[in-house]
Amino acid sequence: MKLTGAQILLKTLAEEKVDTIFGYPGGAVIDIYDELEKTDIRHVLVRHEQGAVHAADGYARVSGRVGVCLVTSGPGATNTVTGIASAYMDSIPLVVITGQVPTHLIGNDAFQEVDIVGITRPCTKHNYLVTRTEDLAHVIKEAFHIARSGRPGPVLVDIPKDVANTTIEYKPPGPVNLRSYRPNYSPNMKQLQKVVKLIRKARRPLLFVGGGAILSKASPEVTELAHKIQAPVTATLMGLGAFPGTDPLWLGMIGMHGTYRANMAVDACDLMISVGVRFDDRVTGRIDTFAPRAKIVHIDIDPTSIRKNVQVAIPIVGDCRLTLNSLNQLVDEIDLGDLSSARKDWLSQIDTWKKTTPLAYKQTDVIKPQFVVEKLFELTGGDAIITTEVGQNQMWAAQFYHFNRPNRFVTSGGLGTMGFGLPAAIGAQIACPDDVVVDIAGDGSIQMNIQEMATAVQQKAPIKVVILNNSYLGMVRQWQELFYDKRYASTCMDCTPDFVKLAEAYGALGLRATKPDEVEAVLRKGLEAPTAVIMDFVVAKEECVYPMVPAGAPITEMLLV
Amino acid sequence: MEEQKHIFSMLVDNVPGVLSRIVGLFSGRGFNIDSLCVAETTDPAVSRITIVSKADAPIVEQIEKQLNKLVNVRKIRDLTGPSSVKREMALICVQAKAKHRAEILRIVDIFRCKVVDVGLEHYTIEVTGDEGKLKALLKLLKPMGIKKIARTGPIALFREPN
Repeated sequence: MKLTGAQILLKTLAEEKVDTIFGYPGGAVIDIYDELEKTDIRHVLVRHEQGAVHAADGYARVSGRVGVCLVTSGPGATNTVTGIASAYMDSIPLVVITGQVPTHLIGNDAFQEVDIVGITRPCTKHNYLVTRTEDLAHVIKEAFHIARSGRPGPVLVDIPKDVANTTIEYKPPGPVNLRSYRPNYSPNMKQLQKVVKLIRKARRPLLFVGGGAILSKASPEVTELAHKIQAPVTATLMGLGAFPGTDPLWLGMIGMHGTYRANMAVDACDLMISVGVRFDDRVTGRIDTFAPRAKIVHIDIDPTSIRKNVQVAIPIVGDCRLTLNSLNQLVDEIDLGDLSSARKDWLSQIDTWKKTTPLAYKQTDVIKPQFVVEKLFELTGGDAIITTEVGQNQMWAAQFYHFNRPNRFVTSGGLGTMGFGLPAAIGAQIACPDDVVVDIAGDGSIQMNIQEMATAVQQKAPIKVVILNNSYLGMVRQWQELFYDKRYASTCMDCTPDFVKLAEAYGALGLRATKPDEVEAVLRKGLEAPTAVIMDFVVAKEECVYPMVPAGAPITEMLLV
Repeated sequence: MEEQKHIFSMLVDNVPGVLSRIVGLFSGRGFNIDSLCVAETTDPAVSRITIVSKADAPIVEQIEKQLNKLVNVRKIRDLTGPSSVKREMALICVQAKAKHRAEILRIVDIFRCKVVDVGLEHYTIEVTGDEGKLKALLKLLKPMGIKKIARTGPIALFREPN
């Protein structure tokens, strides 16, 4: 069978069961687009390549599948870099296909040429420059395999124009067999036996879960273990939803803007079972004071995550789900005695923290951003897919929207990419057309990829954008208020567009609330609308996110409301 | 924690960009490279890279794990310590004025090196040995005046069991 490179690419994508591609055409990928048009694969035309990667990322996070992007060479490729780095930091499986100038022009500073493989080497899990059409099918298969296996991540494949338009005799690629890449999924049982011993002895155990628990679909196992050993659970920003947010054992998020009880529990616990986390500085605060009384068990598929930031008592390399599954079985075999009395002091201590120092804010006659998120939680029954931008909006979403299921909270955790939420919401909505998808945004970050409103309208993706509009770059302003004597250097956005008119200009619905008693009506109207909506909530200008642990301080040193 | 010299030896896929991935990993994560050697093995699909790096124990662990994580790295081993043989080669161009010429040749003889280039004012000496030997040789040649030097950096192999 004679096929062109472009035909081989699309055939291989179909074999990988790709149903949606987010992208933007250009000279170097015109042959691929010409073939794409003839297939059943849905192409989502974005308005900026960064949007394509974030949308594919949102699609991947809610569906658990590999997100796919297609962009042209040069600027098309460089525009993907922020999106790729965001996905890399959060371990999201993507395959990013970039066009490249023809092989004979590579290295010649040709029109729209850039060494994207060189540029993305440190922010991809792996990347390829395909130099022969014969290699294409195999490389694409490898790319998908690498993206989704082990610790997932983005893989970039750079395809020169002549590789795409050369016709060859097609041979189906064999199975992927990489001698140098064999992720280890099954845990060491001896290590698990040690964990069981620690569980038996622990008086104040704590489960600490991160994005790895969600990526490995370990939520049921996390929940089972927590209930079985009666351990309270905290999570990183990336781990929200891995354990039900309305469960009595739930502590709320850990870290810089974590709940009082979660951070205090980390300090007091004598056993920390950490699952799929990497002990990021926003989580640990000052590292030498982190969990000082605890024996730390660290379960992660990536050996480099273990002992990178904290020393642990028991390292376990393995898939979170498989590992917890085995651990649950081992725990079943032992007698833990009367847990209700053994845990009484620990759980009542946590309850006291919860009662004395809950997440709180003061209601006034202006709209409080926390109130908007609370109302949104109430009106959606906690069942919406929430994407966020980055900053205060993100933290309030994490604190006041309670996630009972995994894959419902889509946020740029590691890289902290402003402009992520809107395109990610479009990707999530396309993956889950029947779900309510809400982007909780700030007036600053929404402007970073606002052009994607046109994509949402074109794709008939009825996403809901909730702008917590304080006319500030709120999180930086908060730092300036607290640590820079209120010198608000360049954080005041004196000129902000009229978001209602802007929504209308894009052909979406625009709504606004300026008083607390308008919030519910606006949210209801926005959520019921069959189209894309921007809801502009004019909120208290100088509200801060609390609790807050100053950067580099121990996480028990929290600034409170 | 104390920093120590470590010799990492790894087998990697002989594909374009592999060296750049490894070097980029070191620079991106702030690890040191003292020296680096790359060449094909008997299998043309596989190259061996030897890197010497100064680091403390936790960083050594990270270097090994991070290198292992690269898709093109097949195998890595820390060859520090006596259970491996290490050799380095150097070409040393030393000033050879008439009064020093005999002395230099004597040193070359004692160290079992070779003179590979000779001129009116210089000898170029080829030497192979471990770090100590090179150090001792350089100490003796220094007073004559070393014009240029090129060193390969160490390569190493694990000693096979008897």
